[in-house]
Amino acid sequence: MIRYFTALLAGLIFGLGLVISQMINPEKVISFLDIFGNWDPSLAFVMGGGLIVTAIGYRLVWRKTKPYAADQFQVPTNRAVDKKLAVGAVLFGMGWGLVGLCPGPAIAGLLVGGVPILIFLGAMITGMILFEGLNRLKF
Amino acid sequence: MENFTPLSALIGGAMIGLSAVILMAFNGRIAGISGVFSGIAFAQRGDRLWRILFVLGLVVAPIIYQAVSGRAPAFNLAASAPLIIAGGLLVGFGTRLGSGCTSGHGICGLSRLSPRSLVSVLIFMGAGMFTVIAAKAVLGG
Repeated sequence: MIRYFTALLAGLIFGLGLVISQMINPEKVISFLDIFGNWDPSLAFVMGGGLIVTAIGYRLVWRKTKPYAADQFQVPTNRAVDKKLAVGAVLFGMGWGLVGLCPGPAIAGLLVGGVPILIFLGAMITGMILFEGLNRLKF
Repeated sequence: MENFTPLSALIGGAMIGLSAVILMAFNGRIAGISGVFSGIAFAQRGDRLWRILFVLGLVVAPIIYQAVSGRAPAFNLAASAPLIIAGGLLVGFGTRLGSGCTSGHGICGLSRLSPRSLVSVLIFMGAGMFTVIAAKAVLGG
């Protein structure tokens, strides 16, 4: 039961972090990416704050042999940089730049973003389903 | 730079980090939104409820913020419908092909010094900046 509560809590804190940092606002994201325009470096500070807490927190957490409410830590072990990783990052970055939304803010925006966010989420889910379909065909 | 908000950015970022640490400490999971979310449909049975609850927390957070602060979160999306559809498709497909997004690679991956995540972040940041600049040149603005 605890793990369901902590998942809800983690989602809540994540969402509040997106709102307080304004990363939920596509306009803010675009002005971060627009380095030659009226550049707003704020989102670098979002990443900085997140990285400091996570880097220290993960190290403390991993001193234990297993999580408090699960059997094991599930951390990716693949360290090989491959074509899929690179092409995926290019496509994702293009979509991010076109609209100013990445998956976290898009989902957190569901109830506050009106019709545009519904269109974006529909397209994003379609993109994910498309990937799963093609992946099963071993493209 | 008149819109520069380093303090709220740092605090919000730290909260995102705290969320990632909680999810690792209790659930043993990476707080990568694209992976957590797509797993609602594609993960094995028994591995889905925590994902739904995490996403639920994410969705209600802006409403709670609004109720407590009395202010609606700023949300300005300028892109036209065709661009929103194209962007959504690219984000959905790209994050799955590339095994992660801003949270999974950008926060969780970089903080554990994953070479894959470093490459991913450099590429998607570069592609994002290039796209914004190219879109401005093509569409005006």
